Amino acid sequence: MTEQELITNIETVPETQEYFINMGPQHPSTHGVLRLLLTLDGEIIKKVEPHLGYIHRSIEKMCEKDSYQQIVHLTDRMDYLSCHINNEAVCLCVENGLQLEIPERVKVIRTIISELTRLSSHQLWWGVMGMDLGAITTFLYGFRDRELITDIFEETCGARLTMNYNVPGGVMFDIHPNFQKRTKDFITYFRKKLPEYDELLTGNVIFTERTKDIGYLSKEDAISYGVTGPSGRASGFACDVRKRFPYSAYDRVEFKEIIYTEGDCFARYKARIDEMWESMKIIEQLIDNIPEGEHKAKTKAVIKLPEGEYYQRVETARGELGVYIVSDNKKSPYRVKFRSPGFSNLSALDTMARGNKIADLVATMSTLDLVIPDIDR
Amino acid sequence: MDNEKLKNIVTSVIPECEFSPDESQFLNVIVKPEDFRKLAEFLRYDPETQMDYLFCMTAIDWNTHFFTIYHLTSSVTNFTVVIKVKITDRETPNIDTVCDIWKTAEFHEREVYDLFGIKFNNHPDLRRILLEDDWVGYPLRKDYKDEVNIVEL
Amino acid sequence: MNFNIYDFTEFVNSIKLWLNSVLPPAAADIAGFVIIGICFLTFIVILGLSLVYIERKVCAFFQQRLGPMRVGFWGTAQTIADIIKLVFKEPLISKGSDKFLFNLAAFIVIIAPFMAIAAIPFAKGLHVLDFDIGLFFITAISSIGVTGILLAGWSSNNKYSLIGAMRSGAQIVSYELSVILSLLTIIVLTGSLQLSVIVESQRDGWWIFKGNIPAIIAFFIFIIASTAESNRGPFDMAEAESELTAGFHTEYSGIKFAFFFLAEYINLFIIAAVGATVFFGGWMPLHIGNFEFFNNVMDFIPPIIWFFGKIAAIIFLIMWFKWTFPRLRIDQLLTLEWKYLLPINLINLLLMALVALSGWHL
Repeated sequence: MTEQELITNIETVPETQEYFINMGPQHPSTHGVLRLLLTLDGEIIKKVEPHLGYIHRSIEKMCEKDSYQQIVHLTDRMDYLSCHINNEAVCLCVENGLQLEIPERVKVIRTIISELTRLSSHQLWWGVMGMDLGAITTFLYGFRDRELITDIFEETCGARLTMNYNVPGGVMFDIHPNFQKRTKDFITYFRKKLPEYDELLTGNVIFTERTKDIGYLSKEDAISYGVTGPSGRASGFACDVRKRFPYSAYDRVEFKEIIYTEGDCFARYKARIDEMWESMKIIEQLIDNIPEGEHKAKTKAVIKLPEGEYYQRVETARGELGVYIVSDNKKSPYRVKFRSPGFSNLSALDTMARGNKIADLVATMSTLDLVIPDIDR
Repeated sequence: MDNEKLKNIVTSVIPECEFSPDESQFLNVIVKPEDFRKLAEFLRYDPETQMDYLFCMTAIDWNTHFFTIYHLTSSVTNFTVVIKVKITDRETPNIDTVCDIWKTAEFHEREVYDLFGIKFNNHPDLRRILLEDDWVGYPLRKDYKDEVNIVEL
Repeated sequence: MNFNIYDFTEFVNSIKLWLNSVLPPAAADIAGFVIIGICFLTFIVILGLSLVYIERKVCAFFQQRLGPMRVGFWGTAQTIADIIKLVFKEPLISKGSDKFLFNLAAFIVIIAPFMAIAAIPFAKGLHVLDFDIGLFFITAISSIGVTGILLAGWSSNNKYSLIGAMRSGAQIVSYELSVILSLLTIIVLTGSLQLSVIVESQRDGWWIFKGNIPAIIAFFIFIIASTAESNRGPFDMAEAESELTAGFHTEYSGIKFAFFFLAEYINLFIIAAVGATVFFGGWMPLHIGNFEFFNNVMDFIPPIIWFFGKIAAIIFLIMWFKWTFPRLRIDQLLTLEWKYLLPINLINLLLMALVALSGWHL
């Protein structure tokens, strides 16, 4: 066979046919109603196209009609797993606009509850991550420990998930007398239990095989896509708002900003596990040193922000949440924008998943820790 | 970090830009849509600024005109700047895309298009993102009316 | 009628004689078939129900919870309630699916383990098919099930089902090799494929103890490969509920779904039974060489209890895997088989031949 014939022969080999598959809106591993339109070649992913908006509730539009106290309650419904941190973002933004002096006690309480929220969110993520990879037992283990945190919340805030504990100016009521003791008990308990998480997943050969070198995201892409939180830091992007723009009581505690440079699923996994240790460290530093004082600064019944623009960023369990309030000196804001971490994180999914298999997409998605209401708002 | 220096840099690129006068959190630059793309490219690639992180992008409807607002910062130099692009054309508002400079803009521009109806020229995939494809109107515009879903008090 | 709990031969023969005495020969044969058929159907249904219940309880035990507790004492009637629900559910057939193949698939999947279970020796004399290629028959018949899975995936007209079925096809065909090779390792010692002979050959000790190191290696490979062959976790690639919703049986509902479900558990039983028979002496009590006293004490425990005890132990081991490990990816799964298990198996077979030739085994 001549060379020319060989080339034409190669050209006539039929190409494999690409096909589309709808992952979601009802799919076990999209964790809600996210729809991914996958273009597949066999099992290899050629393209991922997210379709959002199945639970878009137009929170930003609703904010334009509500008072500032009411807005706080809406933010619970965005990222329900870090609801306290969302509340805090709005409150800080409003307080910043009012130039309100916040009691020290409030700052410390907010920080402790934020870190507890982060812990409970990461516990849930860990359980779900294991389940996505087929280890269903982890899900129950995650929930077992999370239950204790929600119990603490229930006692102090009255609710277990959407707590509404923050109000502009402080927190709604003072902490429960048991709060400090129970939190300390929980930390001692969880310090023993967290190594169990490592035993169950981190050291497992199948798990490392499934996550190492999967869903790679370079540092440049992470910054360009705005991937923040543990997902961004696993790619080497130092984006921890708690370190870079400290708010509440983060300026007086010592903790490490977890940074990995591998940028794969395993790095994102490790970043979150390490972050749980850091969160416990922060809580331990603060829990015994809650200053005495008021739990709330005095505010007017009707809050009117002076004309201007206010931007507040906080670090939720998923990444950087930005609250952008434009005020025209009325009782409700002129425009509110929530820069949700999930929205930006999701946009990088296509880059991360291309060339991998369906099973890897599931792993990648669960290490991004998507919460769909946070994306759709 | 220091805003004066940044001001000088921006003025050297776009001489006819405005700065917001008030004591706001970040440095605000107001530019015209035709100058915006040039400024964005400069801020991203100039070694002195290196604004590689677009951490928020949105729009505001001020009844007479739109502002598209870009919050930019740098992971290297720690400059932070807010670019506001004033779009006075309410009928067919349009502006150049920056989603090739900051990839995160691709989704955020789709969101702004969806809710404000601002067209982004050269955007690779400009479709509605949150609402259905057959939705009529742009909900976050101030003149948006919806008798069914929005209850006025 | 003579009934002996340690040896069923006389019992079975007396039933045969009684049938022949009251019926003409042809009718007696047919009556025998019917009796065996009814016995097996009852057995399989009870087996399926109890295995589902056991799986739930074992899984709950690993997950620090209680499992089903509401229906019946300790939730024992839960699976019966589930079966009743499944029977009364509407059997949906999705639009555009190939109806004939769609219905056929569920039956093929369930028929394969029904046939395979016939060749398993439950106790001395309690054995339906005892022919000289028993082990070959079981492995051959149980691999028919994969046809059903492929048909189910193809005829459902659903891409998730199709991907699941293709994965499953690739997986079962590959792991079949390892299962058979690991069993062959023991066949080298027994010299026969007849299951009753294999059991008898372990009168002075089980092969896992007698067969030296290669037998232990063969057992581990057998457990891994057979778990993979029965599509159970961590090798449940075909279902992979977090990736493919439910894989090949996504579109099935009602009683046809119950068939897939039941088949999975009967397959589990068959694997455990084959493993117990070949490696742990089937119904043979634990004997150690010539320790007369010890052997006599062990003989007091009826063989049927020995057999089901061994099966329960193996099933527990397989469930332990399932509820501990994450799932592998399809390419890792095939790599494991073709690059590791198969070469190890071949070398192990050679090693066993060497052991058998030099008489290093007991």
